[in-house]
Amino acid sequence: MCLGVPGKVLTVEGAVAAVDFFGLQRRIRLDIVDQPVAVGDYVLNHAGYAIRRIPEGEIEETLDLYRILLKAAAEEEGPEDLMAEDVRGEIAAGDSAGETAERKAVPS
Amino acid sequence: MNAARHDPATDRLQFRDPARARELSARLHQLAAEIDAPSVQVMHVCGSHEQAIARFGLRSLLPPKIDVIMGPGCPVCVTAAPEVDEAVALSRQGVWITTYGDMLRVPGTVQSLADAQAAGGRVRVVYSITQAVEWARAHPEDEVVFFASGFETTAVTTAAALLATGDDAPPANFSVLSAHKYIPPAMELVAQMPGSRIDGYLAAGHAATITGWELFEAVVERQGVPVVVAGFEPLDILAALVKVVELIRDGAARVENMYPRCVSRQGNLRAQEQLWRVFTPRSGTWRGIAEIPDGNLRLRDEWAHRDARRRFQIDLGGLWSETLGPDAMPLAEQCLCGDIMTGIASPLDCPLYGKECRPDAPVGACMVSSEGTCKIWHQYGGRPDLSPVALGDSP
Repeated sequence: MCLGVPGKVLTVEGAVAAVDFFGLQRRIRLDIVDQPVAVGDYVLNHAGYAIRRIPEGEIEETLDLYRILLKAAAEEEGPEDLMAEDVRGEIAAGDSAGETAERKAVPS
Repeated sequence: MNAARHDPATDRLQFRDPARARELSARLHQLAAEIDAPSVQVMHVCGSHEQAIARFGLRSLLPPKIDVIMGPGCPVCVTAAPEVDEAVALSRQGVWITTYGDMLRVPGTVQSLADAQAAGGRVRVVYSITQAVEWARAHPEDEVVFFASGFETTAVTTAAALLATGDDAPPANFSVLSAHKYIPPAMELVAQMPGSRIDGYLAAGHAATITGWELFEAVVERQGVPVVVAGFEPLDILAALVKVVELIRDGAARVENMYPRCVSRQGNLRAQEQLWRVFTPRSGTWRGIAEIPDGNLRLRDEWAHRDARRRFQIDLGGLWSETLGPDAMPLAEQCLCGDIMTGIASPLDCPLYGKECRPDAPVGACMVSSEGTCKIWHQYGGRPDLSPVALGDSP
């Protein structure tokens, strides 16, 4: 749970942002993040709230770890990887924004 | 990667930059040789750090002298049985308990929430407090309680949900049963426990995003050991280990921030303001560890109407009548979870680990949560016996 998950902001409406997390769209809240958040920004989501806006120069570095985790989890058989499971839990913490079918998050 | 020794842990050594990992590992070996003490103990207090350390096999890159141990970094694991009992009792009184999935199988004195659910108790898993609030909106006739676990990083989200106003404000039938924990006092207490010797700490990067790194200056001052804020990427963790061991070698007790891309000195002030408007630290027992002064986050008096402990008569008496007798929990008494969370024992010291106690049949809370040391080691192997692994060599 401490890991959080980064995603790209698609829309901002008041204190709610629609965010793309590795292909899954979720709505998360902006009450906690201490910098202004705009469309195109990347934010770190924890338990349904953006806790940080990720500075531009650090986005790729931040996304890398999650890409490794989700890719390996999608390819590997056997028990679900704990870290990937936590990342999926963090994604699921967002409001599904009308999506009905739960898809497996895989890195784009 | 050298595949001569095929081991799942070696297969997991995936680094963005293997040459950099090799450099950091070599540096750690060099530093270890420069330290006279027979061993160096570095404690971290974060389940996600342990996951990354175990998953990427980082212990195989450390010199034998350097021991990285996980302290009380799993908030679900330190949730005390009486806190679970309160949630179990409420769910059996007809109140909805909404909570994170990891909390379901944490043992209470008599039952877990999963047991209560199987016996007809009202329990609903959520991934965030906003989903718990939605559940309350969808069930206006019922009382809905969010059984809140997590350290300060997660408590901030609970605070924000309660502080929401207008259409976002939680409905009147929503309240919170707080099992939130505050980590800094636990770091101090664990260091003072008999048998414990901590030469330095890694602090969890994302928690520090909220609290800021200056919070750890008190730990440094009182314990005289360094604290290094670390990220979660394998190279971030190795770089932070190099820094903390350098500081240990130099006898330099100070805070260093090795995760500046996420953490500032003061942290997220907006989040802290919300946290302390809603919560106040209180002393309380952490499972298997001790009474931790100021270790529990409880709702302030102004929030009594949202505090399940003050809103309901929680009927714990009903639970004791079902106590199964003195032999009910013989396995639980052998569980070493407490010693493991204080860094005194490792999962491998526990007679139950991997035998009677497994992820599918957990005895202690450390095997329940994805942030528990035992569950993490069970999946990834905690201390891989790889002897020096050749990083990035062609096969």
